[in-house]
Amino acid sequence: MPAAKYADEQLADPGKEKQAKALMETIRCLVCQGQSIADSNAEMAGDMRALIRTRIEAGEKPEAIRAWLIERYGDWVSFKPPLDELTWPLYVVPVLFLGLGIWIVSGRLKRRRKG
Amino acid sequence: MRKLLIWLPLALFLIFLGVFASGLISPESKTIPSKLVGKPMPGFALAPAVPGKPGLTSAELANGRPHLVNVFASWCVPCIAEAPQLRQLAEAGVPVYGIAIRDRPEDLARFLARNGDPFRAIGGDPNSSVQIALGSSGVPETFIVDGKGIIRKQHIGAINPEDVPGIMSALGDAR
Repeated sequence: MPAAKYADEQLADPGKEKQAKALMETIRCLVCQGQSIADSNAEMAGDMRALIRTRIEAGEKPEAIRAWLIERYGDWVSFKPPLDELTWPLYVVPVLFLGLGIWIVSGRLKRRRKG
Repeated sequence: MRKLLIWLPLALFLIFLGVFASGLISPESKTIPSKLVGKPMPGFALAPAVPGKPGLTSAELANGRPHLVNVFASWCVPCIAEAPQLRQLAEAGVPVYGIAIRDRPEDLARFLARNGDPFRAIGGDPNSSVQIALGSSGVPETFIVDGKGIIRKQHIGAINPEDVPGIMSALGDAR
């Protein structure tokens, strides 16, 4: 079977191609699960690239396509985790650790100045 | 307090080590269930995949009876393994419909001649668009659809002989 149109063919409009590429880089391949569909040679990844390019060509917004895919495969399919009751530590913990670091360093600096 | 705090970085490091080691020892599961289980079948209209057999539209699946929708392909090896079970289900009167992924009519005809043909209709999905719309991530996968066109169950992978009773009872529940 030849690959679907737009599996490996860029869109004519560079702006739209850029949008499509950015989305493809954050959608996980279902067959080779560590790769994004932009990186994968799997035929199904090609079909997913074709689907994304076709929809973007038709004027659909990238985030709407991501939402459509998440509706079918769950958050798993997106490399961009949403902010919800399960994933909030992902976003909050780095800030906490940064705060902790600043607190430790400032404590040390103060002590050194005293000494 | 300060004495205890000194061990905090090491403790954190060991926790991380534990998380990474458990990830390496038991990698995440490979099957991705469709989120459409419990929801209506997405709308589609697929052209016939082989000459002499009708194609498949989602409207046909909401005709008041439960169905099996088998996502398969002639190039898929486990699909050969599940063919006898699909024949058995079809012989028991279960309406079995097929969606052939990325397939050529001549390859599919050869596959059906060799492995039997339990299908009432087969829609051709040359660019996986219906497969993706179904939330299916590979072949073979089988969906149990109730009479209203609601997806009740998804069976991932080949239907083995021991899976047949479970599928029959799920079809009974979908009535």
